[in-house]
Amino acid sequence: MSDNQQNKVKIEARDVQVFYGEAQALHGIDLDLNANEVTALIGPSGCGKSTFLRCINRMNDVIDGCRVAGTITIDGQDVYSPEIDVVELRARVGMVFQKPNPFPKSIYDNVAYGPRIHGLAQSREQLDHIVENSLKRAGLWAEVRDRLSASGISLSGGQQQRLCIARAIAVNPDVVLMDEPCSALDPIATAVIEELMEELRKDYTIVIVTHSMQQAARISQRTAYFHLGNVVEYGATQQIFTNPKNQQTEAYISGKIG
Amino acid sequence: MEDQHIVTAFDRDLAELNRMIAQLGGMAEQQLATATCLLDARDPAPIDALIAKDKELDALEFLLNERAIEMIAIRSPMATDLRRIIAAVKIASVLERIGDYAKNIAKRSRVIIASETNRSDSISLTRMASLVQQMLNQVLDAYATSDAESAMDVWDRDQEVDQLHTSMYRDLLQMISAQSEVAEVSSHLLFIAKNIERIGDHTTSIAEQVYFLVHGSLPSDDRPKADDSSGTNLGSQKKR
Repeated sequence: MSDNQQNKVKIEARDVQVFYGEAQALHGIDLDLNANEVTALIGPSGCGKSTFLRCINRMNDVIDGCRVAGTITIDGQDVYSPEIDVVELRARVGMVFQKPNPFPKSIYDNVAYGPRIHGLAQSREQLDHIVENSLKRAGLWAEVRDRLSASGISLSGGQQQRLCIARAIAVNPDVVLMDEPCSALDPIATAVIEELMEELRKDYTIVIVTHSMQQAARISQRTAYFHLGNVVEYGATQQIFTNPKNQQTEAYISGKIG
Repeated sequence: MEDQHIVTAFDRDLAELNRMIAQLGGMAEQQLATATCLLDARDPAPIDALIAKDKELDALEFLLNERAIEMIAIRSPMATDLRRIIAAVKIASVLERIGDYAKNIAKRSRVIIASETNRSDSISLTRMASLVQQMLNQVLDAYATSDAESAMDVWDRDQEVDQLHTSMYRDLLQMISAQSEVAEVSSHLLFIAKNIERIGDHTTSIAEQVYFLVHGSLPSDDRPKADDSSGTNLGSQKKR
């Protein structure tokens, strides 16, 4: 599980503050997230972990009264700079949500949607290739190759979530954000997604919000513990779960009354 | 337990594990005390009871291991909780070993008592044994109170045991070479001394577990050792 090689920093957050109207949700987050690693964000409900995740691809922009201060850079480029095309950004930084949300379209069209609107395919063959490749990388191809025209919502929950992952990676992202991607899945489907994440991190930077301590421990190389809008502790996952430095982290991961 | 778990049954499980370690520790101390008394005794009567009692230690250690495995499977412990369970398993295994050494001392004592040899050296053996008893007592208290400093004190004190063992070893070797008729008894005494020295070593491994439990790492410095008996030979002594 432990990765000793020093991966380079992909995402750099500095003094990130988020306000929902008057209420401050994040109080100055500083985090360096490494490329080709899975970083897990853990913490109790309302701690700000999902808010932070949504800052990375500016999903907070669509929330009324939400204001973001500080900087987040990906490969040194400020995602909040005025030159940034938010649509481009969200292709570069894909997202998978808690509840699988395939479009009410065919399996093929779910995956082809992004490449089409971003003009990634010059021909039908190219598009077929992208769809097949994305479904293969999401570990779904073998199960759906014979029914690509079936509706995406006809699939099981775990298959739907893998379809959403295929959809996200079809547009060649750098980063994949996952907000509790397995909380609606059974343990088998969860294990399939976890195995997939280990495979995907070879090409992408993955940031996952999870409420499952076991899952964070199993799949991530680094873990950040959020509490009341602050990062209390951030470090190698194996250290966080065996010997956390902070009392609050220890209490949280051990299920203690902090 | 410093903090309470939200799932109170987990606290009960951990408390039960601590209780089992306390019980095992008490039994190991009792076995060692009984074995120590035999060093001066002329009566072999307690030996059978001591040997029988060892089975209880073994059974309790087995039970503790089962409980620990259950807890790991059911509670998925993390951080200090996980260390506490792993430390308990390791300490239990050490206490069981200490019981085995006490049993071995008792068996050898039976031969020595039967031989009715006059032993002048039992005083240093008794001194060594009582030092080791104090160490075992202190390290079990250190475990119960999560006192890493006190545990490390035990760790340091093992040097004294090693020194006593080395000097006893030399004395016994000289005695054997001078009076071959005491060879059998002296050989048993050599092994008894070694058993006691090993119990001292085992208390230091309990001390390490206490340190690990508290700090999440093993003590960094190498344990000071003063047992030179493995390099001792009479030839080199005579040359001096």
